[in-house]
Amino acid sequence: MVRDGARRLLTMREDQQEVSMTFTYPVTSNAAHPASLSPGYKSSVLRAPMKPLIPMRHTLTELTGPVYGHETVREHDNDLTIQHKSEPLGERIIVHGHVQDEDGRGVPNVLVELWQANACGRYIHVRDQHPAPLDPNFTGAGRTQSDASGYYKFITIKPGAYPWGNHHNAWRPAHIHFSVFGHAFISRLVTQMYFPGDPLFPFDPIFNAVTDEKARMRMVSAFDLESTQPEWALAYRFNIVLRGRNATPMENN
Amino acid sequence: MAEGITPSQTVGPFIKYGLTPNGQYDWNDAFTNNLITSDVSGDRIRVEGRVFDGEGQPVPDCMLEIWQADAQGRFSDPQDKRALPNSSFKGFGRCGTDADGHYSFDTIKPGVVPDPDGKPQAPHILLAVFGRGMLVQLYTRIYFGGEGGNDSDPVLALVPADRRATLIAAREAGSGNTVYRLDIRLQGDNETVFFDI
Repeated sequence: MVRDGARRLLTMREDQQEVSMTFTYPVTSNAAHPASLSPGYKSSVLRAPMKPLIPMRHTLTELTGPVYGHETVREHDNDLTIQHKSEPLGERIIVHGHVQDEDGRGVPNVLVELWQANACGRYIHVRDQHPAPLDPNFTGAGRTQSDASGYYKFITIKPGAYPWGNHHNAWRPAHIHFSVFGHAFISRLVTQMYFPGDPLFPFDPIFNAVTDEKARMRMVSAFDLESTQPEWALAYRFNIVLRGRNATPMENN
Repeated sequence: MAEGITPSQTVGPFIKYGLTPNGQYDWNDAFTNNLITSDVSGDRIRVEGRVFDGEGQPVPDCMLEIWQADAQGRFSDPQDKRALPNSSFKGFGRCGTDADGHYSFDTIKPGVVPDPDGKPQAPHILLAVFGRGMLVQLYTRIYFGGEGGNDSDPVLALVPADRRATLIAAREAGSGNTVYRLDIRLQGDNETVFFDI
């Protein structure tokens, strides 16, 4: 079925050459996502549509998306450890990576937002009643913009695991929430970054709602010794792949 | 070539301080639910409603994002090659639902945007719904009640006639900016039409 045939041109500079690109957004790529209904995750039961989604061709509305200047991001918004009087408690980490499209091409200048629990597994959100301490020096929210090649970087604290009421003895693996914009409104992605080797993986219905193992492992960051800063912070690399595929590259000149 | 896209995960229950702090948390909003800029032309409208779950209970922890053209039907995105917008209107807004599931956006009524065949689409707003319990965002459209173009809109035509009303905001009488009301029902009777895009 040709649902993703709608295309439009994007002109961008690359290697001093002007290249006109046509992006397509195959709906089949969405197969990596979890189903809306995943009964192991109880909250999904009443919030998942029961009627089939209606297919349609992408129009300009779906194929365009918001563009932001640097005004949205302040200079230190990507460092969650310097937002208060003192440094937060916990293990300081660098989280960085490459925002890519489905061709592996960097997606430049896109907004990346994150939010997370503190080192004790507690969110500052009023509805988080987990009896673990709040940290007055940690809000747990940040944002940045990918650079001209699609790279981003945050400095933060490694979040703790925390209990939740989904089932008996339910604990979420440590994770950082990510919100990312891409070339089009339909490449918008909200996901969670996990840490390698977490023993809670087999028991977490949100993580396992992604049924394909390879897709699931794309949500797990990699420990990155090379980017680790000696005497200061461990680094984790989390590459983010957004919808969008270059169909017919053409050189203008 | 990447091996596949990064899968979606729920925004979870604690989204508000990160993405829609709205003065309640020690963090600033990147976006608000007011899209109106002083230089934008067009009819100023408010789009509002509530979000409900499969038991008809209000959903207090949703985040709604909208994306739309300006009154001339142009997008604030250089990928729209037809013409540049003539204002600083961005066309993007974000709103968290309140304790009763309410959302609202102050914006301008979008103009006509062509479909891939060049056929006009009736004025519409693309809406993405995120929430706790939602493992991936749902996309729907907001159309405007009383709009003549709705009858010939190529996307509405794909929707079974008895479900189209779930996409059409009702125009409310009153003074001031025009209010359009549309409730979002994630599941159940009168479930909102969501698109596979």
